Amino acid sequence: MNDPGLKDIWVYLSASPLLGLTITLVAYGLAYRLYLRTNSNPLANPVVTSVAMLIGLLLLTGTSYSDYFEGGQFVHFLLGPATVALAVPLYQQFSRLRQLWMPVTLSLLCGVVIAAGSSIWLARIFGGSLEIQMSLAPKSATAPVAMGISEKIGGLPSLTAVLVVITGITGAVLGTKLFEWIRVKDDTAKGIAMGVAAHGIGTARAFQVSNQMGAFSGLAMALSAFATALLVPWLVDLFDAWIPA
Amino acid sequence: MQFLNGITLLLVYQLVGEVTVRLLGVPIPGPVLGMVMLFITLWIRGSAPESVETASTALLSHLSLLFVPAGVGMMAHFSRIADEWVPITLALLLSTVITMVATALVMQLTTRWLVGPAAKEEQSHE
Repeated sequence: MNDPGLKDIWVYLSASPLLGLTITLVAYGLAYRLYLRTNSNPLANPVVTSVAMLIGLLLLTGTSYSDYFEGGQFVHFLLGPATVALAVPLYQQFSRLRQLWMPVTLSLLCGVVIAAGSSIWLARIFGGSLEIQMSLAPKSATAPVAMGISEKIGGLPSLTAVLVVITGITGAVLGTKLFEWIRVKDDTAKGIAMGVAAHGIGTARAFQVSNQMGAFSGLAMALSAFATALLVPWLVDLFDAWIPA
Repeated sequence: MQFLNGITLLLVYQLVGEVTVRLLGVPIPGPVLGMVMLFITLWIRGSAPESVETASTALLSHLSLLFVPAGVGMMAHFSRIADEWVPITLALLLSTVITMVATALVMQLTTRWLVGPAAKEEQSHE
């Protein structure tokens, strides 16, 4: 970039939210096309490929994450209204939900305790620091809840946000195959498991399978946000009392 | 106009959720409370207005996109993740698999025990 004209343009672009926003949408558009091209292969999950493209591009151009986020925040902001919007598919599944409230409650409680308990315990036996254990504990909850809990129990909220996204991707990528192996066929059971373990990214994947799976995944994500906020701090105390680090 | 009305309503519920959460000091995120409140509203109302349906479908059809900026945040934590990549990778991967398998099995078994095969049959017609 020796040309002064180009340099001026770059200075303008890197300071403006326009670039971050545009590259996010372009990268996702390409990633989504690739995903369709592979016949919706979960390994070509559009979150994975677009995040990889964007990180590559930012590293290549020496752009910092905070400069990128100037534009990225507009997309990020929509997570809020999208969470509220989950009420609609949930309402559409209301009769089914009323019939299944007992199994849903039981599997949600199991799921939330297992998600947090197993990540603390596994991180501990594989030698992770206490900070990593606590940052991992709320990883299955949706990002804003997980970050709040992480801060409360002594993790790093911004690291938790990243771990939450990686967890979601892992769940979205492995989910359908796993359910095939363990022979779970009901869309309601698959949806609940996806939402508990892999929050919104799992829910996005579930909606690609069926509307019912998506609605139950959204329900599980919302309820496990409540359950995680209430149970995880208590679970951490329990761990400290019974299984010293 | 439908979309605009719908998205406005979603934002109003989110705003009310955020304000309520702060006023009551509960550790639940505002949008989650907003979702619960919208759900109760739809339930009382007995149907979802077309505007809300339009906006909700539009937002949820590309839900994955909304996680991309947070995912890119990984680059700010490369060194930390590199330092402890073994416990992070193993704990995250195994725990996610265990959680998903356990939850799906509990849900499937309890549905059969508590709700019975009738519920399952009805479901397959959908």
